[in-house]
Amino acid sequence: MSITYLEAIREAQARALAEDPRVFIYGQDVGAFGGAFKATKNLAREFPGRVLDAPISEDAMVGAAVGAAIQGMRPIIEMQFADFSTIGLNQILNQAGTLFWRTQVPCPIVIRLPCGGTSGSGPFHSQTMEGLYAQYPGLIVMTPATVEDAYSLLLEAVQIDDPVLFCEHKYLYYHLKAEALPTEALPAGKARIARPGRDATIVTHGAMLHEALAAAEELASDDRIELEIVDLRTVKPLDTDTVLASVARTGRVLAVSEAWPWGGVTAEILARIAAEGFHLLDAPPARLNSRDTPVPYHPALWAAHRPTARTIADRARALTQA
Amino acid sequence: MTHAAARFARFRAGDFELNSAEVTRKVAVPVLQGKPTDSTATPAAPRAEFERAYRVMLLARVLDDKFASLYRASKIHGGVFLGRGQEALSASMGLALREGDVFAPLIRDQAGRLAFGESLLDAARTYLGSPKGPMRARDGNVHRGRPREGLLPMISHLGSMISVVNGVLLASRMQGKTGRVGATAIGDGGTSTGAFHEALNQAGVERLPLLIVIANNQFAYSTPNGRQFACADLADRARGYGIEACSIDGTDLDACLDAVGGAVRRARDGGGPQMVVATLLRLAGHGEHDDSPYIDENLKRSALGRDCLDFARTALIERGWNDATVLDRWRRDAEQRVDEAVAQAQREGGPDPYTEDWCALATRRLAEGQPE
Repeated sequence: MSITYLEAIREAQARALAEDPRVFIYGQDVGAFGGAFKATKNLAREFPGRVLDAPISEDAMVGAAVGAAIQGMRPIIEMQFADFSTIGLNQILNQAGTLFWRTQVPCPIVIRLPCGGTSGSGPFHSQTMEGLYAQYPGLIVMTPATVEDAYSLLLEAVQIDDPVLFCEHKYLYYHLKAEALPTEALPAGKARIARPGRDATIVTHGAMLHEALAAAEELASDDRIELEIVDLRTVKPLDTDTVLASVARTGRVLAVSEAWPWGGVTAEILARIAAEGFHLLDAPPARLNSRDTPVPYHPALWAAHRPTARTIADRARALTQA
Repeated sequence: MTHAAARFARFRAGDFELNSAEVTRKVAVPVLQGKPTDSTATPAAPRAEFERAYRVMLLARVLDDKFASLYRASKIHGGVFLGRGQEALSASMGLALREGDVFAPLIRDQAGRLAFGESLLDAARTYLGSPKGPMRARDGNVHRGRPREGLLPMISHLGSMISVVNGVLLASRMQGKTGRVGATAIGDGGTSTGAFHEALNQAGVERLPLLIVIANNQFAYSTPNGRQFACADLADRARGYGIEACSIDGTDLDACLDAVGGAVRRARDGGGPQMVVATLLRLAGHGEHDDSPYIDENLKRSALGRDCLDFARTALIERGWNDATVLDRWRRDAEQRVDEAVAQAQREGGPDPYTEDWCALATRRLAEGQPE
């Protein structure tokens, strides 16, 4: 048996619905149609009345989720694309993100954000938004990079008493497969060493993990350079300890993200390493992001817009020679 | 369109500037002669309901006046926002709800809050920054509530609370809890937001037992209706979403009790979402920092500017339901209660930043910088 990243998301939701009567799913086309990506395939039939089509109203979808959470439910909101969550941004940041702080009433909602680039999707169906959401207090931001994490982190997200932005990467939906669903998992907030190495650390998350792993294979076979790769899993909270421990072993670090360069996750990682692990560094810390333009449509431009195994390998090679 | 709505439709900003002959006449005469409804007219509400509403309105007015006075004495940090002139409408909303219902008031709903059951102490503690208040000084003034008790704390982004009420109602339905109504308030300006329209459409699609009360007080901060919307009546907004609506004179307590009470009954009985649009004038600035020079004096003297509290008081006397002695005693009682609540909140002092728990998450292990 093999299961894709997308199927893992569907299975996690099926299990959450089966095990917890407080869980329901609300989003555009999630009902009988099963979702734009089929992440809720057959769930409306298996769980009648608990998988609801929403009007094209991201603001009202999130607002209603907050109300349902106050009423003791655990809603999962599917944004059809992460990009459209900006329409619900106010409710996410100002309603969901402030409720517990203001009232001590928890706000257990999960907002699934199909994010990241796929060739041909263009500026409005390709965005990664973890940096934006991580900037605000009161929110948890998950960026699963593996089939196992897509399943286990989503199940954990549903049980967390706070709003979770679940940044599932569309590029991984069909590409990524595992033999089986996991039976145990690291908890949210803990990063994972995806590949051990001695020469430099790459810190990354989401689909970039796989570009980084491919870069590491190339450097290992061509240059005898061993990269250590840290998969953050959740970007907020950020597991600074695991990152620093890796930098302590390698002395060099490259942070890689598909997001834009100004601020964001890579800037946060480098700021923490500079502040808390400056003495561990043998070379200036480096980072690699997408270009500071909207995400292009054409595959030739798209491939050159975001970091790839090739550009990561080049940057990592330079880092190890610095 | 109801009789009152037809009369008030002419007062939409723009029309007012143009001054139809009748409007010119109306604004030229003293307020009581220009009143849209006679206080001795056949009362819509029975005496007990009318008196209960009046006492809530009075308490809200006294409390608001107290906050305004504390603000002027620099005893309140941040803004103060009054419901002066909107008490009849707001009180009607709070009184029409019952235990188990959900209520998301807006900034001018002191009366509705009290009618729904919010304590004077919750209000005083929040305005005065007491850590013992429901918001523990983390949020202030009108941003207060007790979500577990059905009173939702507003955020500042207008229109945003409607879908939250929708969510409570949707979840209640999933849980098999029936007979529950959710009510929320908004102003004329708030009806221009995307959140308002998304949420009304959502309530219509789900056919939720929602009441939205619109206080058309002619100005969104300083912006007159003529620069805010182009429909003839804000109730038109409801019809586009399959929502039942009516328009009333918001200065007339009888009309407010009747319309709001009826709308809540229809919502509770499965009639789907309801809207009440009440026309009135804000008898204060946007906040106490605002002396509202943009409100024309003639508009204040027009029928729109009638004080709902004065109207209700006159009605109580003219109907022979009470005399001035009793009403004056009610006011003194209200003043005493308000003074006691404010004094207690003032004695409690402010929050201590050194013992404050700076954690925005319920899940402490996932909060950055927190001991596990």
